[in-house]
Amino acid sequence: MKPRMTIGMAIVLALLAAFAIAAIAAPLLAPFDPLRQSLLLRLKPPGSLLGGRSFLLGTDDLGRDLLSRVLFGARASLLVAVVAVVLSLVVGTTLGLLAGWLRGWVATVVMRLVDTMLSIPAILLAVLTVAVLGPGLLNLVVVLGLTRWPRYTRVAYAQTLQVAELPYIRAAEMAGCGTARVMWRHILPNIAGPLMVVATSEFGLMILFEAGLSFLGLGIQPPYPSWGSIMAGGRQYIERAWWLTVFPGACLFAVVFCINVAGDWLRDQVDPRAASR
Amino acid sequence: MGAITLTRYLASRIGQALLASFGVLTIVFFIMRLSGDPTLLLVPEGASLEQIAQLRHELGFDRPLGMQFLSYLGDLARFDFGESLVQRAPVLGIVAERVPYTVALAVGALVVALGLGIPAGIAMAVWRGGIVERALSGFVLAGQSLPTFWSGILLILLFGVSLRWLPTSGSDGFASLVMPSLALGIVAMSTFARMTRISVLDELSRDYVTAARARGLSRGGAVLRHVLRNAAIPVVTIAALEIGNLLAGAVIVETVFAWPGIGQLAIQSIQSRDFLVVQAIVLFVSLVYVFSSFLADLAYVVIDPRIRMGR
Repeated sequence: MKPRMTIGMAIVLALLAAFAIAAIAAPLLAPFDPLRQSLLLRLKPPGSLLGGRSFLLGTDDLGRDLLSRVLFGARASLLVAVVAVVLSLVVGTTLGLLAGWLRGWVATVVMRLVDTMLSIPAILLAVLTVAVLGPGLLNLVVVLGLTRWPRYTRVAYAQTLQVAELPYIRAAEMAGCGTARVMWRHILPNIAGPLMVVATSEFGLMILFEAGLSFLGLGIQPPYPSWGSIMAGGRQYIERAWWLTVFPGACLFAVVFCINVAGDWLRDQVDPRAASR
Repeated sequence: MGAITLTRYLASRIGQALLASFGVLTIVFFIMRLSGDPTLLLVPEGASLEQIAQLRHELGFDRPLGMQFLSYLGDLARFDFGESLVQRAPVLGIVAERVPYTVALAVGALVVALGLGIPAGIAMAVWRGGIVERALSGFVLAGQSLPTFWSGILLILLFGVSLRWLPTSGSDGFASLVMPSLALGIVAMSTFARMTRISVLDELSRDYVTAARARGLSRGGAVLRHVLRNAAIPVVTIAALEIGNLLAGAVIVETVFAWPGIGQLAIQSIQSRDFLVVQAIVLFVSLVYVFSSFLADLAYVVIDPRIRMGR
């Protein structure tokens, strides 16, 4: 296995770092309050200079500064994706570990549930659940966290089955380690790589889901900015104000693209056989 | 393989599909009850407490959960999806009216995805390790990362607003179908390109390819004459599995382009609190998914006799 860190990867990681910084430091970086409306400043194109203030990315239909809204939108994106990934990673891995270690009927029940969950298309499952529970940041995070665990379970289960057969696990058991200790200390570290690969691809997907659901009006609610909801608002003004949809979408695409590149790279590191294919 | 093993395989696969369908119905049933009282999802806004209580009784939501579940299954078995309280018409008819639009969109997207994805995948495998593969893999990753609502809007800006070649929304015949199909198809294109690449690479490393080359067949000739036929098998399977994803992806694409399929209907129904329609759409798409993955496995067995033995 050769650790490869190319210039391309460095650029990708730098862009992802920029995204994280933009999200975390949005209140410091944003030139204006993302919620402040002004009827005089409606739909000004990018680079507008008005009353001594410049609007680098233009303004929206309520005269709000687009740059500030995009920066705060990064916040929504990062927050939802991180919490959803952590939640589903924990739930999914726990179930997969238990199923792989205990086998028998526990494994049958858990894996059947996984198959069933995976046969409902993900976006529809999320749409239905958010619609029933009502839109909003909290519900969005809970729904994504609780519907996205099956992929982790599938990987954790398959990996645990393999690792559990290895001699050192038997040795640990014979040395008197309890089930919980064996799973936590001995199995988990050895299945973490493939789980991280899933988590990375899910991270990109969750960012797309948050934006998509917010675009449909089921995610972050106005007036709070999310890349998806900014674009949904901009869709109505597409003939007059292209910047409202192009800029947030470009950010979304760039971030997800970088995450996918990083995910591919990570997968090649974890599984060199996949890389050589 | 004997007829008995084939029958057995079929029986177990049918059993699996039925179990998955039952699982889907169960999950959807419980999601609809996540909010506590499904009556509240169905009443029009501003209904009085009496109206709510009456509706709860009419719809049977005051019965024990087990009873509700049984009658829900019974209704579905008779293709009774209930009546839309907003439109005062059977849900089945409301949804069925929109299905052809979504099917047309899914077919269009599939054409785009196969037409771009398969050649890209073959090229990546054949010219492996070179500039072609690198360029194409960037293209594939980009396709996979594209939010359909952004690519859709970019298409509208380019072909609808600037060039004025295509209508920006609605369902005015074939021209209206072009942009939504592209937006939806590009994402699926990535899946096909990846699958085709791996599949062709697998085949290229086999002995029969070496043998064909030894007989003097060129690399391109070997690919065309032998590899593609065998490499097609996994791709066919993916195509079947992708149908479910295309139907689900239609939710967003149809909203962007105001295309009157079931995706747009689902979002409109959520806005008008017509939850039985939403439920029916989720059930429909999920069951199509279960059924198409069943067909995919079946096709696999028919096309490739090696698989029948269960490895």
